[in-house]
Amino acid sequence: MNLTINGEPRAFEPLPHLAALVAALGLDPRKVAVERNLEIVPRSAYEQTPVADGDRIEIVHFIGGG
Amino acid sequence: MDDTGTRALSAEDTWSVAGRTFSSRLIVGTGKYKDYATNAAAAEAAGAEIVTVAIRRVNLSDPSQPMLVDHVKPDRFTFLPNTAGCFTGEDAVRTLRLAREAGGWNLVKLEVLSNTKHLLPDMEETLRALKLLISDGFDVMVYCSDDPVYALKLEEAGAAAIMPLGAPIGSGRGIQNMLNLGLIIEQSKVPVLVDAGVGTASDAAVAMELGCDAVLMNTAIAEARDPILMASAMRHAVIAGREAFLAGRMPKRMYADPSSPLAGLI
Repeated sequence: MNLTINGEPRAFEPLPHLAALVAALGLDPRKVAVERNLEIVPRSAYEQTPVADGDRIEIVHFIGGG
Repeated sequence: MDDTGTRALSAEDTWSVAGRTFSSRLIVGTGKYKDYATNAAAAEAAGAEIVTVAIRRVNLSDPSQPMLVDHVKPDRFTFLPNTAGCFTGEDAVRTLRLAREAGGWNLVKLEVLSNTKHLLPDMEETLRALKLLISDGFDVMVYCSDDPVYALKLEEAGAAAIMPLGAPIGSGRGIQNMLNLGLIIEQSKVPVLVDAGVGTASDAAVAMELGCDAVLMNTAIAEARDPILMASAMRHAVIAGREAFLAGRMPKRMYADPSSPLAGLI
């Protein structure tokens, strides 16, 4: 399964849902926000959200800024 | 006056934005620090209750790198997510929707910039983005030019606070147009914050003496040789400026007026 995550192409074994992707990337789901194909996915819906070949995923977090 | 004949700023001297009330009139940014620990210490030294934060892609190659929220904690500070780096209304809305999902906050800082050389706000696009955000349920504090005409348009569109620049972001040049800031402060019914341009403590004091509700700064603290000491200086400057504004300054005169009586000279 090929995904584009934060603009970079990445290959994964099939994943059951978005929560599995976040875990596979080593990220703490409490500290990030996720967009799938330009739609924001609420944190509570990660386990109900499928991940499909060709998906464009954005994963963001808070950093320092003015 | 209290029993000792002094009047300190009372605990009631608060300001409110979008239904939230704050005692500190100094908002600090979290960019440009050498590390998040220094950043957190500076925010504490500044006495800040609100910190601005940015939203960016996570580093997928090193998910274990330090994270802002582990040092500058959202249970200690009100996070004010910004739209720094956004040049269109759509970019700003997308960024703040992600911020709302990441942190659950509706109170946000909108800034829509025009170009990377001077980082001055694109006011036409800022006003358009403001309307998009308000219709999406956000409480929006708006970074803007020091133009009283546009400031009023922002307020009429529903801005929660007006945040005119003192000088370009990161320039440290101090308040460039006291006249315009004074006009904005006089006309606004929502809080006015000077955002950007403060370089040192006296700049913050000037902003507060003009009567603005609070000051927002980042580089002046982060790029000081000793950021934590400068944060403390800014805290004092903001309090001093606020007290001076409340106290009401003496009139400026063309000529001298002796402090010692001229009568009774030997």
